Parts: sequence; structure tokens; C-alpha cells
Amino acid sequence: MCEDCGWSVPKAAKIDGVPSGEVAFPPNPPAANSGNPAPGATHSHGHSHSHGHDHPHQHDHEHGHDHDHEHPHEHPHEHEHDSAPTSARRTVAIETSILDKNERLAERNRGFFKAKNLLVLNVLSSPGSGKTALVQQTAIALKGRLRVGVIVGDLATDNDASRLRAAGIPVVQITTGTACHLEAEMVAKAMTQLDLDHLDILVIENVGNLVCPAAYDLGEALRVVLLSVTEGEDKPLKYPPMFFSANAVVVSKSDLADAVEYPRAQAREILRQASPNAVVFEVSAKTGAGMEPWLEFLADRLEKTRRAR
Amino acid sequence: MHEVAIAQGVLNLAIKTARQSGAARIHRIRMRVGAMSGVVPDSLSFAFEALREGTMAAEAELAIEAIPSVGWCAGCQAEFTAEGFALECPRCHAYSRELRRGRELEMADMEVS
Repeated sequence: MCEDCGWSVPKAAKIDGVPSGEVAFPPNPPAANSGNPAPGATHSHGHSHSHGHDHPHQHDHEHGHDHDHEHPHEHPHEHEHDSAPTSARRTVAIETSILDKNERLAERNRGFFKAKNLLVLNVLSSPGSGKTALVQQTAIALKGRLRVGVIVGDLATDNDASRLRAAGIPVVQITTGTACHLEAEMVAKAMTQLDLDHLDILVIENVGNLVCPAAYDLGEALRVVLLSVTEGEDKPLKYPPMFFSANAVVVSKSDLADAVEYPRAQAREILRQASPNAVVFEVSAKTGAGMEPWLEFLADRLEKTRRAR
Repeated sequence: MHEVAIAQGVLNLAIKTARQSGAARIHRIRMRVGAMSGVVPDSLSFAFEALREGTMAAEAELAIEAIPSVGWCAGCQAEFTAEGFALECPRCHAYSRELRRGRELEMADMEVS
């Protein structure tokens, strides 16, 4: 288990069925003056190891020392004065973000993606909102124009990856075991299994969950949140952190909108309030309705990403 | 449901820091949890109470300071505290795109002996 974050899951996670502990980290992103790597700079394989090393060390060192020191001191005090137990207390400043480690790794991913000229999407929604269908139809529709690769996260099974692979889309499956969300470290390991040099867009399909993944930056450029018309237009009211963080909201399964009497105007107003930073789309991956503006948006953002370099 | 993992992270960091500072017991851990952090304080406390048993924090209190969402209103050129799910400025009722506070998920300090 990681001593810093208490999170044992990244090691329990599997990438295409292989325990992620056995999957190497990618080499470090090229430095700012990239392009012509220095001689001998090609061998960054060893980096993955450092993670496993650090933590157990600190743990063992500290243990024996502290206990012995403290005890003799405290006991006599407590007997004599009422105020002693509290006066022996002291405050230790910590001032640390609990997700500090993930945030650092996410920044590392972001730099790596940028160096690779990739537009990276983190696709989020409740289970069954149509993430895989949207990703699949997006990749198919962009074929011949933009190359799309996918990292897909689920608690178990590689059904989603199989679906995408059958459609000819390069895909890596992360099975998280018990984790309800993907973390930057899992993505860093999974992406080594894709030929990123020959991709334009990398889609990370997160675990179906509107709560936990909101807190975990993966290094993406765009956060895409799906809201299917069958879920109810008030979902954004119930999950504010997720919807506030969205750069794009895709209202999915629009072919069912009439059948479920989807209150379009009201839903738009809720999204305008809850997702003020998001561009909103309404699509049906099934019929293809509304896909065009969504695809144009992606192409445009990719271009902007590349121009910003 | 990720509160268990978060609580474990808090506990581990607290224990590590306490040991480094030569303490034997942790009495209180102060945290700041933002309304937009995606973490529910009650769930976090519940998880923490289950996980602390048998550790040097076995009797530690987890004191959570809830940080409300604070947005920036470009129109009013002022910060405001959001009441509901969205960042609505109470003066002009515009919806802000800029969250200034509310994403915190931090350990502030702790009391040890």
C-alpha cells in the first residue's frame, strides 16, 4: 500500500489483465527543449521502479524510535497536574492536499500528452449513460481524419474494451478491482500500451460514477460529462462537483428524448447554471443525430491544443 | 465511496508525520473539506473512525472544517459564497464560471503528544 495516500488499489488494478505493478511507467516527457534527445537519453525505462521503493523504507525506520522516547516522559506528568496532559500536547502543521500525489502525477501526464501532441479527454458519467457507445461512434466517425485511442476503466470485465477493439479502435482496459475511479498513476501505466505517436485523440473512459472521479485529475485537457436523457434533467443538481468541472457536457441517447418526455429547455437551463464552463451537445450515438457539432468541437480543440505549443 | 481511501490517506499521512515529529499519540486532526471537493464530511468521519482503531490515532478526533464554495463574480468584481448547487452571485444573480474556494481536501494540522 502507498504510505502517502493509503491507496493500495493502483497495484490491484490490472491493465489489459496484467497487474499494473508489472507495467512500466512511460519514459519522462521530453524536457522543454525537446525534439533532439541527448545521447543516451533513450533509456528511461527504469523510472517505474522508484515508486515501489520509496514508501516501505520510511515506514520501517521511524517505528522503533518514537515509541520508546515518549513514554517515560509523559507518565510522571499526568499524575501531578491536571493540565499536564494538555500541556504535553502540541500542534504539528501539515498543510498538505490529500490528493497531492495524484495531482503531481496528473501534471506529469499533462506534460507528456502535450509533448505527444495529443488531445486527451476524460469521459465521465453514471454507469449506463452511453460512454462506450459515444466513444465508439466518435472514433468510427473520425476514421480517416483523426486517430482515436482509448483507455477504458471498469471495476471488472473487459467488455467495453472488447466492444471497442471489435470496432478496430486501439484500446487498453484498466480493471480497477475495487476502485470507483481512475487515478493519474493508472493512466500513466496504461498509456504505455498504446502507440501514442500515432494517435491524435486519447479518450480515457472513466469508471461509471458521478462522485469520486470528480476529485481525480488524470492530466486530461477536456473533461467530458455525459448525461443521458433517461437519467433525468436534475442530475447536475445532485452532483455539483462533477458537473461544475465539465468542459463539455454531452446529453446522450437523444433518440429517446421524446419517449421519456425529456424537458429540454429546463435541462439546458440547469446545465447553464451547473456547468458554466461547459459546451453542451445533444447526441444520439445510435442514430448519429447531433454527432457533427461534437466531432467539430473535438477537431477544433485538437487544433487549438497544437497551435498553443 | 472513495471516502474510505481518502480517510486511509489522512490516517497514513498523520501517522507518518507524527512519527517524524517524535510523537506517540495523535489527539486531533484538522482538515478542510470543500463543498466542491466531492467528499462528504460525514462519510469521511465514518470511515476514519473505522480505520483509526489499533493505531496511534485510535482516539483521535477528526475535526473537519467545511469550506463553502466561493465564486468570483466578474460583473460585481467581488467574491461571493454560493448557497445552492451552482455558483450564483447573490447580488446580480449571474452564474460564475470561476470557483475561488471549495475544492479543498487538505490536512491542516494535528495535535499530538
